[in-house]
Amino acid sequence: MSRLKAHQKKTVTFRLNGLPVRADAESRTLLSDFIRHEIGMTGTHVGCEHGVCGACTIQVDGAPARACLMLAVQAEGTDIRTVEALSPGDDRLSALQAAFKRHHGLQCGFCTPGILMSLDALIGARPDAGREEVRDHLSGHLCRCTGYATIVEAALSALDDIRREDNDNV
Amino acid sequence: MKPAAFDYLQAATLDEALDLLHEAGGDARVIAGGQSLVPMLNMRLARPAVLVDIMRIDDLRKIEAEGNDIMIGAGVRQAQLEAWPDLSARLPLVAMALPWIGHVQTRARGTVCGSLAHADPSAELPLSLIALQGNLHLRTKRKRRTVAADDFFLGMMATELGEGEMIEAVSLPSRSEGTGYGFNEIGRRHGDFAITAVAAVVTERSASIAIAGVDDRPRRFDVPLPSDPGLDDALNEIAWDLNARDDIHASARYRRELVRRLGRRTIEEAAACLV
Repeated sequence: MSRLKAHQKKTVTFRLNGLPVRADAESRTLLSDFIRHEIGMTGTHVGCEHGVCGACTIQVDGAPARACLMLAVQAEGTDIRTVEALSPGDDRLSALQAAFKRHHGLQCGFCTPGILMSLDALIGARPDAGREEVRDHLSGHLCRCTGYATIVEAALSALDDIRREDNDNV
Repeated sequence: MKPAAFDYLQAATLDEALDLLHEAGGDARVIAGGQSLVPMLNMRLARPAVLVDIMRIDDLRKIEAEGNDIMIGAGVRQAQLEAWPDLSARLPLVAMALPWIGHVQTRARGTVCGSLAHADPSAELPLSLIALQGNLHLRTKRKRRTVAADDFFLGMMATELGEGEMIEAVSLPSRSEGTGYGFNEIGRRHGDFAITAVAAVVTERSASIAIAGVDDRPRRFDVPLPSDPGLDDALNEIAWDLNARDDIHASARYRRELVRRLGRRTIEEAAACLV
């Protein structure tokens, strides 16, 4: 059993983008705020803070989840990925990020980190996903710029690229 | 949009969780997946003094067949149930309803029993529980009891759960031979709260319908078989019986029309699954 009193702080430890991180959190600290303010990784955006907009979507143990609907203390011992994990190196884009650039899958970019993390999880779990599954995953995200059409095209294009790459490697 | 302060207690065993809930009394809430509770905390619609986290209790994370029933523990996430290989064969109605719950991103964390405890009147899992006439297995430190679906939901976000009490598991009757199931939902967008959702269970001799999103809790009615000319009249009476109200999402009149039309369609689809 572990007890954390209101306003008391506790050290929370988990893996973030492959590296161990630790920082102090109160019981009421949201994981989204913990990642941004305590760890200092600001790629994860915070929109509605009640699980509707999807901007704060990250991957927890491989599955996309809302960082604003988790307490930092609930993340103890988990493996978390945020948008910072996607780029394969400085000034380089992943296939998914490159497809977003090519297809104008973003305008203001506020919703983009969350959308990328959901689509990255989809691509990892189901590389043969089609339009319907892409749209189903996007239903958990709000974008007020694009009207979604270019996001869907970017996702399908990235899926194509990744399948082609896999075939080349066979 | 930040939660008010609370004590956070993480239980390692069910007995520990029950002790903690007993100690804290009426000021405590159970937190499982948090997909209904954390929005309430963030908006400060809920301000519990104590949260008891039950997600580190391994025993609660099981899906098990017990006779004809499927027992789903309080720690089972919606995504875990969705991925359960026997789902379509054993709980076809739940298999139809699950994809309508929130989004992939919330089902990854949200639990089955958490949704039941939250008791949103438009939610799919309470509707499925009512349609299938399942049972809730409740525990306090001192006693355990089983509550039938019809007795569990008392009204909008109000349940039979008492002080210091938690859901240990829910049991749902497994598919039986010669039974067809149907599920339909109308919402503004996929994943939004249902304006109206309908579940139907049909056999050769009987038919029933359960409706969410209209009254302050999901409700179930026996109805004539789809071949019976009296079905439309029965659905009309149900539509008027459900206390439909106007809100920003839809008018009461529109909801009544959904009960009639979606009701018939769902019963017919359930009958068509009868082989």
